[in-house]
Parts: sequence; C-alpha cells; structure tokens
Amino acid sequence: MGGYAAYVWSSYAIALVVLVANVMVPIIQRRKLLARLARRQRRERRQP
Amino acid sequence: MLRFFHQLGSPKHFYRIAGSWIPWLAAACAVLMLYGLYQGMVVAPTDYQQGDSYRIMFIHVPSAWMSLFIYVVMAAAGAIGLIWHMKLAEVIAISSAPIGASFTFLALITGSIWGKPMWGTWWVWDARLTSELILLFLYLGVMALYGAIDDKRTAARATAILAIVGVVNIPIIHYSVEWWNTLHQGPTVTKFGAPSIDIRMLIPLLVMAVAFKLFYVLVVLMRARLEVLERERNARWVRELVEAS
Amino acid sequence: MSTASLNRAFALLLWRDLLLAFRRRTELLNPLLFFVLVTTLFPLGIGADPALLRAVAPGIIWVAALLAAMLSLDSVFRSDFEDGSLEQFLISAQPLSVLVLAKVIAHWLITGLPLLIVAPLLGLLLHMSGASIAALLLTLLLGTPVLSLIGAIGVALTVGLRRGGVILSLLVLPLYIPVLIFAADAVATSGAGLPITAHLSLLAALLVLSVSLSPLATAAALKISLS
Repeated sequence: MGGYAAYVWSSYAIALVVLVANVMVPIIQRRKLLARLARRQRRERRQP
Repeated sequence: MLRFFHQLGSPKHFYRIAGSWIPWLAAACAVLMLYGLYQGMVVAPTDYQQGDSYRIMFIHVPSAWMSLFIYVVMAAAGAIGLIWHMKLAEVIAISSAPIGASFTFLALITGSIWGKPMWGTWWVWDARLTSELILLFLYLGVMALYGAIDDKRTAARATAILAIVGVVNIPIIHYSVEWWNTLHQGPTVTKFGAPSIDIRMLIPLLVMAVAFKLFYVLVVLMRARLEVLERERNARWVRELVEAS
Repeated sequence: MSTASLNRAFALLLWRDLLLAFRRRTELLNPLLFFVLVTTLFPLGIGADPALLRAVAPGIIWVAALLAAMLSLDSVFRSDFEDGSLEQFLISAQPLSVLVLAKVIAHWLITGLPLLIVAPLLGLLLHMSGASIAALLLTLLLGTPVLSLIGAIGVALTVGLRRGGVILSLLVLPLYIPVLIFAADAVATSGAGLPITAHLSLLAALLVLSVSLSPLATAAALKISLS
C-alpha cells in the first residue's frame, strides 16, 4: 500500500464498523421489542 | 401494479413484503460490496500522484453521495407523509435519518483520514468537508427533534417540516460555504477529483455507490419494519405475530 | 374575509405584540445586554491587540448577534402558547401564515432592531473603521430579520416541549450559517476598502426568500405542534 496502509485500512475498518452497526441496531431492537410485546401479552392473558 | 402499491400502504402488508425483500437485498448488497472491494483493492492501479491513499475514495465518495441523497429522500418522504397523510412515508422518512447521519459521519471520518497524508493535517476547512459537517448537524437536529417529542406521530410530522426546511437550505448553505472557502482559503492544494479517471478506478467507485444505495434500502426497510411494529403494537396481526414467535 | 380585514388583523396583532413588549420594558434590554457582554468577552479571551481585534471583529459581532437572536427567539410564541391565544390564532378566519409574519416582525422590532443601536459602539470597542461600521449596520439591518424568520420555524417546532431551548439551538444554528458567512464577510471586505454590493444583494435575496417561505413553514409547524 505504499506507506498508506494504515490510513487506507483504518478507513475501511471504520466503514465496516459503521455499516455493521447500522444492520445490527434494528435487529437487536426488533428482538427486544418482540420480547417486550410477548411479555405484555402474557401478562394480559393472566389477568384479563 | 396499482394493487401492489395499495397493499404497500397497509402496515401489515408492508411488513410482510419488506420482510421478504430483506434477504435478497442483503445478499445483493454483500456480493456487490465484495466485488467492489476486490476491484478497488486489487484490480485498480496505484495512482501516480496519491499512491494508494486514493483507495479511501471508494468509501468516501459513495458515503458523501449517500449523505446528500438520503437527506433528499427523507425530505421527500416527509413531504409525502405531510401532504397525503401516508403513514408509511412518515416511517420511511424518520427511519432514514440515522442511516443518513452515519453515512455523513463516515464521509467526514474518511475524508479526514484521507486528508492526513494529502494535506498533512487531520482537518482542513475545505468547502466539501465543511458542508458535510453542517449536513451532519442538520441530521442530528432532525434526530434530536424526533427524540424530544413524546407523541411519535406528531414527532414524525414535525421532523418532516424540519427536513423540508433543511432541504431548501442545503443548496444555500453549500453555496455560501463554497463562497467563504474561496475567499478565505485561497487555492487549496486539492488533489480530489482528478480530471480524467482510469476506467479501472471508475468501476469500483460505481459498484460501491450502487452497493451503498442497496445498503440504504436494506437498512431503511429493517428500521421501517421495526417502526411499523412499534406503532401497530395493538393491532391484531402484530399480536398474532408475537404469539407465533 | 377581505383584504381589508386581513390588513387590520395584521396591524392589530403587530400593535398588540409591541404594546405587550413595552409593558415589560426590562425584558427588552436582556438580548442587548447579552449581545454587548458576549462581544466584550472576546478581547478578554484573545488579547487586546488592536490589529487582531480589527481582523476578528466582524466574525465576533456577528456570532454574538446570532446567539442573541437565538436566545431571544423563545419569546416569539411562548406567552401566547401558555395563555392559549396561539390556539385562537389557529382557528381564526385569517390565514395563520400572515398572523405569524406579524408576530415575527413585531419580535424583530423588539429584539433585532435594538442590536443596530449598540452595534456601532461595539465596533468602536473592537477598533473597526468607519466604513466597516457602516457595513456592519447594513448587514445587521438585512440579516437579523432573516434570523428571526428562520428562528420562528424552530420555535414553532419546539414550542410544546418543556426543555426546547437546547434543541432549538441545534435546529436553528446550522440554518443561520449562510447569513453569518455573507454578513461577516461583507464587513471584513468593506474593512479592506472593497465594494460589498454582491454581499448585500445576497443578504437581500436571503431576506426575500425567508419572508416568502418561512411564515408558511412556521404556520405548518405550529399546526403540528398544537395538534
């Protein structure tokens, strides 16, 4: 990389982190939301 | 065709259709990114002026394009939501903001890293970097406003107004920053945007640009599905979905 | 509903807001004091070298004006929101954007125009030349109404929030940047003895644009905030 390796690879690494975070956040939040809704529905069934 | 769009307007069908698209989008996006990386890192030749540092361009330039593109999409979706009271457009608009902010952040960071070997410092008040920084502030303002208003429908409509105001202002801001830059900076020794670009450098750039577009569509659909689920939490189809999972 | 009744509503609202402001005279001084205070902080912070101060004066005065305009924004709709008269404007027969324009003009007369009175004094404190001070006054005259008009959109979006202040600054300050750039550069250019017609035309264009568009956006934002 002609002396620029650190710059190039750190750019790509940061890009990778940002992109992966963008994908992971909705997946995790969706899981949390589904768990929360499931809890709520169980609660409602127990005491109607 | 019309029926398809009509169905897309209903949250339940949107959730289903978007869900069926996501794996395909993810696969296409991954393939394109890997191909773009291969083209950019292996096939593309070393630049005679900048050496290999120019390879940052393959993520910096598409990110910068996306940052502006997503803001325009956000404002357009917000306007559609305001005018025709389409809930789905509101959801798309508000789901776009964090993605656009992360692309803007990426463009800034990679621009700064690219600038270090080129200019010798991490930050130069270059017109493009400065505009990008202001764009980041605009995104953060949109996100802060959405977070501050408790009622999410009101919040979505208020942020739509802000996004439209922002989109009217972006050309003015861009022009003023360019004006300011030419006066205060003198001719910067900028090596960005070579007049003619080798075809082997152009291909990875365009491939990455398409890959980033697909990535945006992928993530915006994921976020929009989440938002729909949250808003429709009391609808029957969501209850059944929760039971099933 | 005729044009005459619209003009009357506009004039009445303008007069009412001015009257209300003069009933609370001490509050009128606050943005002015802030403007002077922020400007005097800079020589203390960066040193009193006249050449240095002259070089940075346009930027300092304009940033201080920006902050003063922003801090005074909250009062555009606040009291009307709290006593419920804002809802009356919403259901009145007159178009809301015209009423909004009346309120913003009143607000500018109260908080923006006084900045012009103290600006020459600050110019002298920062060793600005006579030509620069004249340019400063012209840019303030053209620029501060733009600040009030753009700011009104931000206030309308945040008026229902309990802690809207910080968010308001986040929303409004990036939109102020073009005014800052053209105005501060105009003052600096006139200090170098060059003509500033281009700057003034651009500021005037910004003013025309914001007078015509911002009341519409403000009215739409108010309708959403109060729904």
